[in-house]
Amino acid sequence: MDRPMEPTKEWEFLSQESARRWPGQVRLRFTAGEKSCLVELSTGVLADLCTFLFLEAEFTLASLIIEEKPPDWHLRYIFYGDRGGGPIHLLLRVPQMDPTVPSISRYVHAADWHEREAEDLFGLTFEGHPRLGDFVLHEEWPEGVNPMRSSFDASKPYVHRELEPEWRPARIVQAPGAFMMPIGPVYSDFAESAHFLLETVGEDVIRTIPRFFYKYRGVEKIAEGKTIEQALLLAERFSGTSAFAHSLAFCQAVEKIARVEVPPRARALRRFLAELERFRHHVAAIAGICQSTALAVATSQAAILEEEILRLSGMFTGHRYLFGLNLPGGLTTDFSDDCTKKTTAAAEDLLKKLLDLQEMLRFSSSFLDRLEEVGIVPKERALSYGLVGPIARASGVIRDLRRTLPYAGYESVDFSIPGEEEGDGYARLRILFREAEQSVSIMRQVASSLPAGPGVFSPPAPQSGAALGWVEAPRGAAFHWVRLGENGQVARYRITPPSFTNWHGFHLAAEDFAFQDFPIIMATFGLSNAEADR
Amino acid sequence: MSKWVLKGLHTGIRTTAYPDQEETAPGVSPGRPRSAHWTGGDDPQELLSRCPTGALGLEGQKIFVDDQRCIHCFRCLRGLRNPAEWEKGYEWAAVIGDGSPSSLGKAFGRSLHIRCVDGGACGACLSEIEQLSKPHYNIHRLGFFITPTPRDADLLLVAGPVTDHLRLPLKKAYEAMPAPKRVLAVGACALSGGVFGPSFASGAGVKECIPADFGIPGCPPPPLAIIHGLLLSVSRKPLVSPRLSGSMVGRKR
Repeated sequence: MDRPMEPTKEWEFLSQESARRWPGQVRLRFTAGEKSCLVELSTGVLADLCTFLFLEAEFTLASLIIEEKPPDWHLRYIFYGDRGGGPIHLLLRVPQMDPTVPSISRYVHAADWHEREAEDLFGLTFEGHPRLGDFVLHEEWPEGVNPMRSSFDASKPYVHRELEPEWRPARIVQAPGAFMMPIGPVYSDFAESAHFLLETVGEDVIRTIPRFFYKYRGVEKIAEGKTIEQALLLAERFSGTSAFAHSLAFCQAVEKIARVEVPPRARALRRFLAELERFRHHVAAIAGICQSTALAVATSQAAILEEEILRLSGMFTGHRYLFGLNLPGGLTTDFSDDCTKKTTAAAEDLLKKLLDLQEMLRFSSSFLDRLEEVGIVPKERALSYGLVGPIARASGVIRDLRRTLPYAGYESVDFSIPGEEEGDGYARLRILFREAEQSVSIMRQVASSLPAGPGVFSPPAPQSGAALGWVEAPRGAAFHWVRLGENGQVARYRITPPSFTNWHGFHLAAEDFAFQDFPIIMATFGLSNAEADR
Repeated sequence: MSKWVLKGLHTGIRTTAYPDQEETAPGVSPGRPRSAHWTGGDDPQELLSRCPTGALGLEGQKIFVDDQRCIHCFRCLRGLRNPAEWEKGYEWAAVIGDGSPSSLGKAFGRSLHIRCVDGGACGACLSEIEQLSKPHYNIHRLGFFITPTPRDADLLLVAGPVTDHLRLPLKKAYEAMPAPKRVLAVGACALSGGVFGPSFASGAGVKECIPADFGIPGCPPPPLAIIHGLLLSVSRKPLVSPRLSGSMVGRKR
């Protein structure tokens, strides 16, 4: 249970700093067992403390979680960093009568989209935020309807106003010949639905204004009131290309609530499957980058590997996209040692072909010309936007949840986290290749030392409580906050997927480059709209 | 640049022999539960209650599978003493609704232009559709072409439950297509809303929004199933079952 205790070594800096800067205004609680720190604070110190964590202590924002707890709103700002000691939760209570919260995004720019989303879905006002309104919910939603509030009935279709889209953001670029180039929401051959307005003066893209949430399926809302097994389907299937990672994060949150320990064999197999998924995702992203530069043979080569990995996944697990495998407590099925070894051997074979492809690409100047020094995200921008995953690591922000906040037994795995400094498209491509290599290496380690014991488990009995689960998904850090009610049903579910975090910073890369680079920059980001929109 | 040419030649042909021959490579399809007589002995309720989307129903002594709702969650297969019968294969596409089959006809048999619209799909369906133009499936050899504009398209491929925000773009894409035109709904979401719809933010599939002619069950349908659907739409494959099995018997829970 939560009992106050002395701060562990990792949190001493925080208790000292808060005693010095905000005496008596913040309450710190350290939870034994699960490494984390809860800070209860008032609106007055919120911005100061967040700024301290983000800018001085080099923490980054994981998520902003809003919960309705009459008569208050509970706002939970979660940060994490490399100091060890787990994530830190800042808990702010705001009366529902006056739901006004100071905006922190002026100092912590990573919170920008979180605040916009909360304003749209919960109707909270973030004082000092320059761009609120019309974010998740488009113009057919009348003002004042906030679907994430408990008073909103999510079970029946909501009757929208029939409106022609009238989204016309203000034009900033004032120059002769300047115009707005619309892209989407339906565009390109197989692209996901999203809308971009590019402000341009001919060739150069000066500003990129994205509009997302066309694919908003309200996953967090429709999960409410569902059983764990039902909600698990949503966790797994809201982003089909990173299904295993997200279902794992959800299961880990539920396991924390129920205080179940996952047996070693299931944990090892989870690592194996998570890396298989990462391997497939990275190969698919590499194929996408080759395609965006119209290098036909390389595209085909990478696509052959992608399909081979899909078939390998299908052979190994029954499902090409690794659906239906995770279950709170373990996995739905066990895999024989022999089968795991064979799959690893096949993956190693595919990796060899992938590295051959890398060698060929390294010396294809026409290809490199399109990637090098294109779509640059400088390190300080990557930090201020709190970017995650391969994109951040290509810009010198070398952080990986498998190392920072180890889960599923990753602390016992020997792997390196590749990093690059340039932050351009080519750096992102190199990261993908090197991470794919690491993934296969982790698979090899798991297969060669798979612990004996059961791999299939009955799910734990439902318990009430709340916990945060996280994984390093193929696209970066993903956080799932799950609260279970007294009846064991989901009372609140909040997903912070890596695509949401990284689309926020996409405009940094797309601006100041030429029109024809836009699809290439998009491919090197390799993000998913399904994952971001939820 | 000659190294790329050599590399391509060296790789050889990887393309499937389907539809001329059956594709037997492992891992091309997840398979699915099959409607069959219940032979498990005890009460089939345990099996039926495992299905999270209400795709399994009971008709007399027959376990009945609503293909439009099955999402391959394997819950009727794994960890059960008497699991559902599971079939391999991928020729799953069928006509939607009760009307007579209305393919585009042989005139389009050698050249069919396809526009793909994402109606809020999770990414897996889109990924499988993308595989179609990759070497293993290469639909261009069959005279199927992906076109970037609906104005050139004969067939609309729609994936996803159709979210509220995408209803208008989808309608506009459909209206922009010249007649004759057909719509192919790809995946459980596009057929029944899948795990997402109907809800406050998304519908229960494509047919709520635009008329859908053919459907391909699956979550996601493997690329070969999508090829089957394309062949069906131009009468190059006979209709295996006259229409999609399943009259929404089970209740979604």
